[in-house]
Amino acid sequence: MNDVVKTDALIIGAGPVGLFAVFELGLLDIRAHLVDILPKIGGQCAELYPEKPIYDIPGFPMVTGQGLVDNLMKQIEPFSPEFHLSEMVDSVTAIGTPEAPLFRVNTDAGTEFEAKVIIIAAGGGSFQPKRPPIPGIDAYEGTSVFYAVRKMEQFRGRNILIVGGGDSALDWTLNLQPIAKRVTLMHRRDDFRAAPHSVEQMRSLVASGAMDLKIGQVTGLEGEGSILSAAICRDAQDAEFRVECDTMLPFFGLTMKLGPIASWGLNLNENLIPADTEKFETSTPGIFAIGDINTYAGKLKLILSGFHEAALAAHRAHRYVYPDKKLTFQYTTSSSSLQKKLGVGAAST
Amino acid sequence: MAQLTFIDFSGTAREVQAENGSTVMEAAIKNGIPGIEAECGGACACATCHVYVDDAWTDIVGKPTSMEEDMLDFAYDVRPVSRLSCQLRVSDALDGLVLRTPERQA
Repeated sequence: MNDVVKTDALIIGAGPVGLFAVFELGLLDIRAHLVDILPKIGGQCAELYPEKPIYDIPGFPMVTGQGLVDNLMKQIEPFSPEFHLSEMVDSVTAIGTPEAPLFRVNTDAGTEFEAKVIIIAAGGGSFQPKRPPIPGIDAYEGTSVFYAVRKMEQFRGRNILIVGGGDSALDWTLNLQPIAKRVTLMHRRDDFRAAPHSVEQMRSLVASGAMDLKIGQVTGLEGEGSILSAAICRDAQDAEFRVECDTMLPFFGLTMKLGPIASWGLNLNENLIPADTEKFETSTPGIFAIGDINTYAGKLKLILSGFHEAALAAHRAHRYVYPDKKLTFQYTTSSSSLQKKLGVGAAST
Repeated sequence: MAQLTFIDFSGTAREVQAENGSTVMEAAIKNGIPGIEAECGGACACATCHVYVDDAWTDIVGKPTSMEEDMLDFAYDVRPVSRLSCQLRVSDALDGLVLRTPERQA
């Protein structure tokens, strides 16, 4: 069992709004840890549109998704936030009182936090593998159908069908091929997005007869109970064919799902978290919701709205983290104490 | 302006007017066309605005770019007439275009 990570604030979601919350909290001496389910920082900006230009960030006529993330990372550097990536927050338990909130937070990777305040900046929810809408697929999930490989050994000696044309599909094809009984890779076209090197390796395995490549799409599954025996497929000419397999690994990218947030006892409204517009607090004192995940009268799902919400939530959070300290509103342009925290201005030299 | 017709999986047709220069996806969302989700808001990054172009229109609409092809890999039940509606730019040439929406977006 790992030690409990104690923090002033735990931010769930390392997208632009979660990152800016680090800044607003940091100015008020509130230290933050961030958890994100993605292996990288930046949320949708980094995952969905790193190269796309954004035109409505105040002061930036144009910035790309990744450019914005890089700038935010630079901006929050003075506050040395700690990141816990590829982890999903599973449970949030209130262990304090409404006046002095304290929360126990557990992730699916076994990390345990004790946080005075929680800032949910989870955007559209957590990125999770897409489940292809093949009829009856749910019956096989967890026994024959898997959307991620956690332990390779689990697949030793299995007859595996891998579906997809990206890096995940190709990487697992190459990694599992040596230990599987047989690997078949299926993709809808004979053209792959994955790294050219992996595609080359896969093609040479196919040429030597060590694995199979099929072009087509899975339309149905056959099996007994939860044990898969074959996939029914269709090729580009609409001809049906079968692939015998006891295991299927579909890699169709990621989609956003609310995920475990639904079970944290918060009021929800159509998969969004209602928050007040004075401090962006949820129905649970000490838990805030900012950015795309929240809803209130007049809400606009804009990054700039999330930035505003982060500032207001941080000021309310200060009262929970430092109940005895009076908070004086200050500007970074003129406050020597803020400038000291940022490592700039006369105070830092 | 172009008139677009969306036919859903059950066969119900809905006609909408789309402005030149907008995307077919935008016209669908503005008019609440069911079966188009557009989760990513038009960044060609999610494949949830997948449509089938009517056979009579495939030559006029044209083929997807390689980026769009890559993204179509994430869609379900992709056919030779599949396109992502966020990548279809409305013009007078598309006046009368007929599109079908899939049973569900993956």
